[in-house]
Amino acid sequence: MKNPARRKFIIDSAVVTGGLAVGFHVPFAFPADKKNILQGTEVNAWVVVNPDNTCVIRVARSEMGQGTHTGLLQLVAEELECDWKKVRIDQVTAGENLARKRVWGEMGTGGSRGIRISQDYVRRGGAVARVMLLQAAADQWKVPVDELTVSDGVISHQKTKRSITYGKVAPAAAKLTPPDPKSLKLKDPKDWKIAGKPLLRLDTADKVNGQKIYGIDLKLPGMLHAAVKQSPVFGGTLASFDEAKIAGMPGVKRAVKVNDWTVAVVADSWWRAKKALDALPIVWDEGKGATESSKAIAERLQTGLAATDEPFAGWAIGDALKAIEGSAKKVEAVYSTPFLAHATMEPMNCTAKVSADKVEVWGPTQNAEASFAVASEESGLPLDKAQVYKLDLGGGFGRRGGTQDYTRQAVSIAKQFPGVPVKLVWSREEDMQHDFYRPISMCKLSAGLDESGKLQGLHIRISGQSINAFLNPAVIKEGRDMRQVQGLFKDPGDAQFGYTPPNLLIEYAMRNSTVPVGPWRGVNTNQNGVYLECFMEEVARAAGKDSLEFRRALMQNHPKHLAVLNAAAEKGDWGKPLPAGVHRGIAQFMGYGSYSAAVAEISLNDKGELKVHRMVLALNCGHAVNPQQIAAQVEGSVVYGLTAALYGEITIENGRVAQSNFHDYPMLKLAEMPKVETVIVPTYDFWGGVGEPTICVVTPAVLNAIQAATGKPVRSLPLKNVKLV
Amino acid sequence: MKLNINGKLRDLQVEADTPLLWAIREQAGLTGTKYGCGVAQCGACSVHINGELKRSCSIPVGSLKAGDRIVTIEGLSNNSSHPIQKAWVALDVPQCGYCQSGQVMAAAALLKANPNPTDKDIDEAMTNICRCGTYQRIRAAVHQAAGQMKKVTA
Repeated sequence: MKNPARRKFIIDSAVVTGGLAVGFHVPFAFPADKKNILQGTEVNAWVVVNPDNTCVIRVARSEMGQGTHTGLLQLVAEELECDWKKVRIDQVTAGENLARKRVWGEMGTGGSRGIRISQDYVRRGGAVARVMLLQAAADQWKVPVDELTVSDGVISHQKTKRSITYGKVAPAAAKLTPPDPKSLKLKDPKDWKIAGKPLLRLDTADKVNGQKIYGIDLKLPGMLHAAVKQSPVFGGTLASFDEAKIAGMPGVKRAVKVNDWTVAVVADSWWRAKKALDALPIVWDEGKGATESSKAIAERLQTGLAATDEPFAGWAIGDALKAIEGSAKKVEAVYSTPFLAHATMEPMNCTAKVSADKVEVWGPTQNAEASFAVASEESGLPLDKAQVYKLDLGGGFGRRGGTQDYTRQAVSIAKQFPGVPVKLVWSREEDMQHDFYRPISMCKLSAGLDESGKLQGLHIRISGQSINAFLNPAVIKEGRDMRQVQGLFKDPGDAQFGYTPPNLLIEYAMRNSTVPVGPWRGVNTNQNGVYLECFMEEVARAAGKDSLEFRRALMQNHPKHLAVLNAAAEKGDWGKPLPAGVHRGIAQFMGYGSYSAAVAEISLNDKGELKVHRMVLALNCGHAVNPQQIAAQVEGSVVYGLTAALYGEITIENGRVAQSNFHDYPMLKLAEMPKVETVIVPTYDFWGGVGEPTICVVTPAVLNAIQAATGKPVRSLPLKNVKLV
Repeated sequence: MKLNINGKLRDLQVEADTPLLWAIREQAGLTGTKYGCGVAQCGACSVHINGELKRSCSIPVGSLKAGDRIVTIEGLSNNSSHPIQKAWVALDVPQCGYCQSGQVMAAAALLKANPNPTDKDIDEAMTNICRCGTYQRIRAAVHQAAGQMKKVTA
């Protein structure tokens, strides 16, 4: 089936990659707060120094709660040697970035890349500014620059007992020729004073008093409000709607077609728009997608588990099938995980204003350049007449990345009200039923053990929907999509398989559906972590071995995986006595360049109700830019993982999503929160991600603890559907 | 109709079935109170009405009287001086922050009713959804705020 959302995305990608290679002159239109922040002198792209010695650090990545802004500022400030109490942030717009030939690098914020991919160039940005500021002082005092010292943004010359602030020398510094960033030596992380420290976030104050303006909160003069409804059936289209039926309802301006499968009502308030939309008679052409169902998808996935004659993504060591066939003891299991919605607390929204020669977009986006491309394309205006202002996101988790469906809708609606800003807000129901879901998959695993319980061969066959097939089919070669085996990769560095059995076969069979899919915090490491680590538990038990020892014996070629597993085991008291009725489980996995492991402690009551008491998570992310923020991300990852494990399930009936709000797609609440202990074990020889890597070990550690309690594996999620005792 | 929000009587041009949440956000212009679900499931819209914690998305304004005292996050304190707000800042509770207005209002209501809550009390009172997963720090911050309030009153 041709999916309209997919088709649009491909066009967007082309616009982004093609358009941004060229420089344009973009007329900047700063919002008021940008003008207030940027009063001083731009020393270089990263650093603006105001006369009062505040240093404005300019960033391209989006903030959605993960703390990247604070972390990036720590890295720049460390090299800049400015006063941490006087740093401020400015978010560059996609238009500025384009006009300056992407001096700030990529703006996309996903894949736990915000720090690890930016760290080198942002630190060099800070270092370049420092060198220029020091040189300006040296020139003014006519002294050699190497006689100067700097601390907290104050430059001193000991010999002559003089000192001057960054604010005073910035105008002169800005006129100097910047040094080549690559020529500068960055600080050794062991000398860090700002980076590497557990500093408080810079953006908390406005989040405790209601002052933080999210996309949904934006107010512009003369603004109208839009509510939308999309075809409930994926792939269906809008046949007609009867606008006359809502004429005269309070505040209603018009009902408009947004695209082939979406209708909007525009009014003077969102509530009035929503009420009229609910009253609007709409006829849908459901199309062929109406026959899709969870049952049909499950049957399709089963064929992928059994298939023999088709291309599989994957890799191998030796001959696993033969080794398993000839082994003394065989273990086999089939696991499954469902579609999941992102359910960001702030529903999708975007404000757009389109006039004859300008398109402006204000919104929550993980990828401002994708929003920019969408704004340009949907308005029909060139990129140099487009502007995107980022607002902080009320959660992202991968939902607000490259697809930008809601931005496209906002521009389409605003285009029909020329010169008038229109704010589009999705209802929670719309948000839940029109997501880009975490893909569904199943996994069949087989293992062979010798007489002594040693693993002889392991076969992993995943069958499920491909994110790339939906969003980026060009990267799939001959039907093989390696992205779906994330965490089981052969190559080191990103998401490497951590065991070395003598024989191994990893395969992925693609089985797609009509359901739109996309990256969901942790993406495929989450499902693959469950499959591998829960099955390793089954195999260890079949071998009569301790879960930890069985893993360790297979991890000698993967010292970093092993070290993190050991750290979790030690802090998690593996092997030590537990209170009666409490059981432990352990798991390790790798994703986003970082190594993770977890130990869970759980109990089950007579009714089979699960209580997760304690979770110890160990993480090696290479360098730890802000340890207390890393702990916050780990704590959050436990909630994200446990929510999915306990409750998360999107099902499809008659081509549409059966769930609609938090009553039937529930979330973990505070009462269910285990005590989380974070153990950061950085080895300082690489840069790994933080936001996503630990989710994938949460669920297998808990499921393995359940297996310890009941003696039975849990092979399908969510747990709400499973009778545990 | 007239509503008393944060001590100010406001004249709002809304239909009687408009949820209080949308009257607060769109007519009173106070956007600290958030829309999360519209069906009283998530608590992002939590406010105090006559001192009681309420989910404003599911209260039609027609059911309120001009004498009802509605307090939103903007009216909880001057300069974020409520012990809950201070503890939230000290422990870096928020991540994305979107649910935190509601969490702060729920926690403030809890401490008003129960100045020394146990973990179990917190479990029962704090039922708002946080998708970023700040629950561990919320619990710690409620305890810290309770401790601070005790010191002040001692």
